[in-house]
Amino acid sequence: MTQTPKLTFPEPPARPDEVPDFSNIKISEPGAVGIPDFGFEAKDGREYANGLIRVMDKDGNAVGPWAELIKDVSVDDLRQGMRDMLKMRAIDRRMITAQRQGKTSFYMQCTGEEAIGCGFQRQLDKGDMNFPTYRQQTLLIGADYPLRDLFGQLYSNELDPMEGRQLPVLHSARDYGFFTISGNLGTQYIQAVGWSMANALTGDGKIAAAWIGDGATASNDFHSALLCASVYQPPVILNIVNNQWAISTYTGVAAGKSRTYASRARGYGIPALRVDGNDYLAVVAVSKWAVERTRKGYGPLAIEWFTYRAAAHSTSDDPGAYRPKDEALSWPLGDPVERLKKHLISLGEWSEERHIQLEAELLDEVTSVQKEVEAHGTLVNEQRLSPTVMFKGVYADMPEHLKRQRQEMGA
Amino acid sequence: MANMTMIEALRDAMDVKLADDPSVVVFGQDVGYFGGVFRCTSGLQAKYGNERVFDTPINESAIAGMAIGMAAHGMRPCVEVQFADYMFPAYDQITQEAARIRFRSNEQFTCPMVIRMPTGGGIFGGQTHSQSPEALFTHVAGLKTVIPSNPYDAKGMLIAAIEDPDPVIFLEPKRLYNGPFYGDHSGKSLGWGQHPDGEVPEGHYTVPIGKAKVCREGNDVTILSYGTMVYIAEAAVKQANIDAEIIDLRSLLPLDLETIKQSVEKTGRCVVVHEATRTSGFGAELIAEVQEACFWHLKSPLERVTGWDAPYPHAAEWDYFPGPDRVERALVKAMEA
Repeated sequence: MTQTPKLTFPEPPARPDEVPDFSNIKISEPGAVGIPDFGFEAKDGREYANGLIRVMDKDGNAVGPWAELIKDVSVDDLRQGMRDMLKMRAIDRRMITAQRQGKTSFYMQCTGEEAIGCGFQRQLDKGDMNFPTYRQQTLLIGADYPLRDLFGQLYSNELDPMEGRQLPVLHSARDYGFFTISGNLGTQYIQAVGWSMANALTGDGKIAAAWIGDGATASNDFHSALLCASVYQPPVILNIVNNQWAISTYTGVAAGKSRTYASRARGYGIPALRVDGNDYLAVVAVSKWAVERTRKGYGPLAIEWFTYRAAAHSTSDDPGAYRPKDEALSWPLGDPVERLKKHLISLGEWSEERHIQLEAELLDEVTSVQKEVEAHGTLVNEQRLSPTVMFKGVYADMPEHLKRQRQEMGA
Repeated sequence: MANMTMIEALRDAMDVKLADDPSVVVFGQDVGYFGGVFRCTSGLQAKYGNERVFDTPINESAIAGMAIGMAAHGMRPCVEVQFADYMFPAYDQITQEAARIRFRSNEQFTCPMVIRMPTGGGIFGGQTHSQSPEALFTHVAGLKTVIPSNPYDAKGMLIAAIEDPDPVIFLEPKRLYNGPFYGDHSGKSLGWGQHPDGEVPEGHYTVPIGKAKVCREGNDVTILSYGTMVYIAEAAVKQANIDAEIIDLRSLLPLDLETIKQSVEKTGRCVVVHEATRTSGFGAELIAEVQEACFWHLKSPLERVTGWDAPYPHAAEWDYFPGPDRVERALVKAMEA
């Protein structure tokens, strides 16, 4: 039989007005994927990169070896995780409204992905450095970043630690382990490798965590980072947040015929895990294990966090134009907040009432800081920063030509 | 003092910094065990070990990206891109990242790194080993771009660049690595042994970034140049027998406008010479600056001599390379106007 070469153009299983369909996704049973040795090698780690590490079963019980690994994690820590996720959700909700009211130009939510950053950050130490994308505000929440600074950045007003230099959500918070976000995708991935090489070269005992979305794994910096991490073996965790969508581009366009993003790392000789990112207990267990392994000098590790971007890409996006409207509700791995709630209730450590009470309390806290920050200026209540700050920090010492230009501006 | 080639002077600069600052690291393709295709890092890995001097994969954006991460952490990487022509995969990392880390983080993070790259033609390198991409860097806010033309400046400026708090693009005119080049491409090459700027002090010294050098004083016309073209200008001045003042800019950004102004106000004439392509080249910037700063002192239209707006040809290299004859014609034209 002769065949004509034909191209493939990956398409998602469902488009608008079709029924959401995730039947193509293979999901391991909770507790089915075990814990490798710290020293496991990529070549032996197929099951960890192709399976899915999960802890909570459908009734909210923690099961399997990873559950065993975190049995000492206190209920208070889990409730802190709930608080972090709900705080993030409250901020997202408030900011979507604020953007619609014209108070800021732009915002990006992380709905559905809260467990990943909140759970991961709580396992890091001070001095460890994340190299985030624009959808890891949760790392700031998990680091107890002051909401005043966070909202200041979102409103580009005088409380903005960056003095209005960056698009909303492109935070920078060195003291909270949060590297300045670029906006050009993927670039931070190889920079994280460089930073972690410096961790090793200076022997400071710290580690780095790189973050990238499934879409940006297509960028050359992703491959550069995997290669260089494999070559030099620095203490870096290479996180891939697979949330199924890159704006309107289906994850299959970044994946091609590869089975998982974690398996891509194995091709570079980097051991990899694939984890249910909507399972807060799995996030905590794997992060704890990964951070300890990395700090102990076992070299780089890749983690694919399997999740779903429940909200729009940004306030400039309309997902109804390219995917079924309620696709998020059909996501087979559920919602991270609901799942942790079920677990805590099953332990007898939480209730619907306490949950509602916490939501209300956090909404109050968030709203009150937001209002205070808004008083310092928003797009509808403009209190402009001096435009001359644009000349500050271009170089350590302002060169003559910039001094002349600043003067020309009339400052 | 020791007589050195530019290669030895550059190596000496890295040697000095590797010795006096443990945060300095040197890496790039072939720079470790082998010591670089131009031998600039020869012996440094043997002396300092592979944690300080090492080979990288053939991936310029990875070299730049790793250096940015290290620099942001607090180290001072000095990396090599094997030819300036090869820097394009790293252009995103250099121009959108290294150049802006300080600005966009409001100085929470900075990027003190040096990217060395051999630049320019005259070695029969064809279109991918001969380009002069300096204008692609001077167009970017946040970068410094320098280009020394002799061993003394090369060492002093490289030490200054490694100590600089911001990213520095360090262009090395490869035609000058082993000696000054006056345009005679017959095969006889001169060494740095007979040139006063081949005398290089031992140990630490700096040549400040942002300062031009008047390398020939004159009264009739100012030649603004840098890199290999400084010597081509010298040859042209000799041929034309004109009392020209030759300025080696050394640092393109920041630019020493003061030295340029003083000279052009004195001579009233100005010829700009560079090897890079003409359109949107750095010469256009120089001419605009001179016109703005010195218009009422000018006695003749500004002239520029550059490479042609074509890819660098292999066989016709010497028809492309702006040699002394073309510079002489521009000088005569400036004088006759």
